Amino acid sequence: MIAGLGLLVGIIVGLMLQPEVPLWLEPYLPIAVVAALDAVFGALRAFLDGIFDDKVFVVSFISNVLIAALIVYLGDKLGVGGQLSTGVIVVLGIRIFSNVAAIRRHIFHA
Amino acid sequence: MSSSPGRDRLVASLKSPRSRGQITAALLLAVVGFASVVQVQSQERDNDYESMREEDLVQLLNSLAGASQRAENEIAQLEQTRSSLRSDTDSRRAALEQARERATVLGILAGTLPAVGQGIVVTVEDPEEQVGIDQMLNGIEELRDSGAEAIEINNTVRVVAQTALVDGEGGIVVDGTQLAPPYTLEVIGEPHTLERALNIYGGFVATIERPPIGGEVAIEESQNIEISTLAEPRQPEYAEPAEPE
Repeated sequence: MIAGLGLLVGIIVGLMLQPEVPLWLEPYLPIAVVAALDAVFGALRAFLDGIFDDKVFVVSFISNVLIAALIVYLGDKLGVGGQLSTGVIVVLGIRIFSNVAAIRRHIFHA
Repeated sequence: MSSSPGRDRLVASLKSPRSRGQITAALLLAVVGFASVVQVQSQERDNDYESMREEDLVQLLNSLAGASQRAENEIAQLEQTRSSLRSDTDSRRAALEQARERATVLGILAGTLPAVGQGIVVTVEDPEEQVGIDQMLNGIEELRDSGAEAIEINNTVRVVAQTALVDGEGGIVVDGTQLAPPYTLEVIGEPHTLERALNIYGGFVATIERPPIGGEVAIEESQNIEISTLAEPRQPEYAEPAEPE
């Protein structure tokens, strides 16, 4: 309940404030958002599996975001930023799909 | 088993909100929502270049620089072509000018162009009708000798290189045209030289004014002689230009 409310509050605050993305954050934000989404779906799946632990959620969330940002940073430095970002997005996308599939099985038994 | 434990847990969590895990999840979800909205909006607001990464921008800049380089090269090439075309036109115009000038000169000499200039008018009175082609040819030769550039007889015949003179009834026939005395020769050239050539001892004037011809020659200098009769230009039928050695 509160979790859904938190999501709603975050969206509303973002819409109200409409902050400018700082320039140094601009390349990392999209990847970080996708990584965070992956962590969120992983947490939901763990919750439905009955093995949810808030500490694990926090750690996986932060590490996901940090590693995604690190990969983008490294990619930019190595000159393969675009390709590496695409790779990260693909991997995270696959994970999100498999997590969502598990969640779906839990909720709809299908 | 009516429902799975997972679904039960979800329903239970929706009903009883207070737990540490729920609050943590709410916080992180708020962060995710906030970040996604910010990213989506900045993506919508951004123009094309702002959201591009540095290497893409560098690549774009390089391609633009290459394109402008190519355009500049093309401009230089086209300018070169233009200047070469222009100099080509200039030289062609000069050649045309020269050819036209030459055609004018040759046209006056060949009698295909009207001519004006200083010269003399020679009037030959011939009451006895004794003046023949001998005297006339002599006169014309003397005039040519002293630099006559254009000669016209009786305002009807232009004397050129191919002009033929024949004796006829009651006068001479020049290029097939019957002429009757008195003959009037209009000559363009240096007036003094022409007059002196005709007045030379034993020359044209002397021959005509002496018996048996007994004619009379009047020579008048003029600054403005107009010769408007044209000779028919003749295409050489047998002669061909020879290769210059």
